[in-house]
Amino acid sequence: MKCYPHSDLTALFEALSQTAPLYLPTESDNGAVYTKYAAGVTYSASSNTRLSPKSFFFPQTEDLVKFRREGKSVSVIDERTEPEDFILFGVRACDAKSIDVLDRVFLSAPADSYYAARRDHVILMTMACTRPAQTCFCHAFGIDASDPGGDIACYRTEDALYLDGCTERGQVLLDACGAILEDCSDDHAAVTEQKQLIRARTERLPLASLTTDGFGADALDVLFDRPEWETLSESCLGCGTCTFVCPTCQCYDIRDFDTGHGICRYRCWDSCMYSEFTKMSAGQPRTTQMQRFRQRFLHKLVYFPANNDGMFGCVGCGRCLAACPIAMNITKVMNMLGGKEES
Amino acid sequence: MQINEQNDFRPTVVAFCCNWCSYAGADLAGNNRLSYPADVKIIRVPCSCRVNPMFLLRAFGRGADGVILCGCHPGDCHYTTGNYFTRRRMTALFSMLSYLGIERQRMRVEWVSAAEGAKFAAVMKAFCETVRELGPSRRLEDLRCRK
Amino acid sequence: MQKVTQAQLVSRARQLLDDGTVSRVLGWRRGDFSYDVTPAVFSDTGALERDFVFDVFCCANLSKYLIREANNDSKGKTLIFLKPCDSYAFNALLTEHRFDREKVYAIGISCGGMMDVHTTNALSPDGITGAECEGDTLVLHTLYDGDRSYPLPDVLPERCRTCGHGHAADCDEWMACEKTEPDEHPARYSAVDTLETMTEEERFAFWQEAFSRCIRCNACRDVCPVCTCEKCVFDNPKSGLENKAAADLFEEQMFHIIRAYHVTGRCVDCGECSRVCPQRIPLHLLNRKMILDINRSWGAYTAGAEVGQRFPLVDYRTDDPEASVRADGRDDK
Repeated sequence: MKCYPHSDLTALFEALSQTAPLYLPTESDNGAVYTKYAAGVTYSASSNTRLSPKSFFFPQTEDLVKFRREGKSVSVIDERTEPEDFILFGVRACDAKSIDVLDRVFLSAPADSYYAARRDHVILMTMACTRPAQTCFCHAFGIDASDPGGDIACYRTEDALYLDGCTERGQVLLDACGAILEDCSDDHAAVTEQKQLIRARTERLPLASLTTDGFGADALDVLFDRPEWETLSESCLGCGTCTFVCPTCQCYDIRDFDTGHGICRYRCWDSCMYSEFTKMSAGQPRTTQMQRFRQRFLHKLVYFPANNDGMFGCVGCGRCLAACPIAMNITKVMNMLGGKEES
Repeated sequence: MQINEQNDFRPTVVAFCCNWCSYAGADLAGNNRLSYPADVKIIRVPCSCRVNPMFLLRAFGRGADGVILCGCHPGDCHYTTGNYFTRRRMTALFSMLSYLGIERQRMRVEWVSAAEGAKFAAVMKAFCETVRELGPSRRLEDLRCRK
Repeated sequence: MQKVTQAQLVSRARQLLDDGTVSRVLGWRRGDFSYDVTPAVFSDTGALERDFVFDVFCCANLSKYLIREANNDSKGKTLIFLKPCDSYAFNALLTEHRFDREKVYAIGISCGGMMDVHTTNALSPDGITGAECEGDTLVLHTLYDGDRSYPLPDVLPERCRTCGHGHAADCDEWMACEKTEPDEHPARYSAVDTLETMTEEERFAFWQEAFSRCIRCNACRDVCPVCTCEKCVFDNPKSGLENKAAADLFEEQMFHIIRAYHVTGRCVDCGECSRVCPQRIPLHLLNRKMILDINRSWGAYTAGAEVGQRFPLVDYRTDDPEASVRADGRDDK
């Protein structure tokens, strides 16, 4: 483990940004947002970012390929360039885990080369959550906010930042910044103390008792026809807020745009809450909002674990709790449907 | 010889002309051999009120530098009242676009009758000149459509 | 004004359910943190007594749910509680025949301003676990800072601080209020005025920054009580406009222009669009500008003030001002 023995992180950011572009949470009118580091940019430690870092790997829209017709021939133009390495700083444990969830989707064969190219170039610097929010429930999915993982796990105390290189890439980066870092023992008292504090705080969170009991790969038959879905979804507006702020929602649509002189094929985020989602020649398979609502939550709590060795498709970041226009969310679904057999 | 970029700029102007008055006005301008800038691309519509706000936005998105709507004079609409609605709609739309910071001089509504070939040419000449002075439109441009 | 209480609403709703006047009640369901209130339909008295909540966090406008709850196929009547701002949406929907008035039992209620989730969270970023309102004092229970109290009138969202709504609906019954005319708040247009006095470049920069935050979740559209098309152009593959995520600034602008234009003259200024925006885009400033310009160009008009109004954009006068005339009377810059 390394120690950066100052409370002011500027020198560290300078050193990191010398090696690769650095993105870190900063404060804005709109809550915390990821910003590219430049002189004068200050790190926001207050709350997690309003949007998850998924757009670094899976942007909201991206051009896949272009077609151009000349005479009787059509040329296919791939305008991709090799992405450069970049550093993501201050990623919380939940968001770090969400990248594992996305990896399961995009990197399992056949791997998504667009996603993989950016994924290969990131160095993830995570941050232990010392002040989890009331909407946090990552513990329900077995995520330890005090052990955030990534390439380098960071622990910030009042007068220092402790950096734990978890992977080889992380170690290489720490070595590159060696001049401003000091060595310290792996079980430094300050870090141990912080971990204990975080665990104690997590236990006191309002959603601390939330569990995944009653959900998982085998729960489909029990959950699918539960009458509570009608109650839960009755006021759902069918907007895509929850899906777009979600760090693990990964559905997309591929469309062609006629530019007037060619075709631009792009993909964009899609939401299972939309009436046009997965529309086929026979129409949209889920015709009511209740069915679409159920699809979203069963995907996270049943279908995803069924296909991914029990890994849940939710990481408990709590963004949807704060963003939903009608305050309906996965914790209310889990509370109403979970933990008990059908009566 | 020095080439002045500003003077060399030829704007793309889209003119939506109603079938009954303004399109006939454009015809008359042609028959009378009145010249007006070739930058104007006329799109014939059954009535000026056929023009939906999306038509203007799409025109700007796909590279127009100015959009002008021409219809019968108020009171003379072939469909009696169509152009009164045009007037209200465009008042609202121009006001909104201007509020969003889109240059207001790039859009205009003019009433040109079938007998006003000279007015048609003069209106187009003046509008093209205004748009040419403003330069290329960038604020409502769809970058994907740029060649 | 005397404020109506949760107990009064529950007891009246219960009476109406019990005597068969209504078969269900549109209301607000208690959340986990007291400020995360969800609109809900109650059809039995047990659920009503257990979960029905009415406090300072019941900001959601329930009128739009009448499209689903009170149509030709509905059995029995639906009870709806209308706050002043909701009553305009109620009238606007009725004007467009979007629900059946015979299937609704409306009770007008008073309102002293409502907090929403975003405004509440902005007060204390560090975990609000609960909240309550005692008189004009809002008390927030937080995870790390103990209890914090605020004077409610100062921390209300802008839409409530500048509220000038009367109570416009013809309700079947009134609780702690009556039908009243709107009384325009002097600060209603002050943010619009600030934008109008900027230069074109400044305005463009302001909106470009705001729209660039848009994630196209469509919440502003879906919550809007007058956005009730069965198939929105943005969802319709045949419209040529369908897009799910804005690929560039043009599409972001396009969506917001068309959305705001479509509600021009119909917008009842309830402020729901700004409330629900997860990216805090001040959409109501666009709507208020159009309300202001309608008043300037074609005379005073309040959407939803009465049932059966003719919307300004489907109306005309032969002496309307020309489109080139700036409604705000300012020079082009």
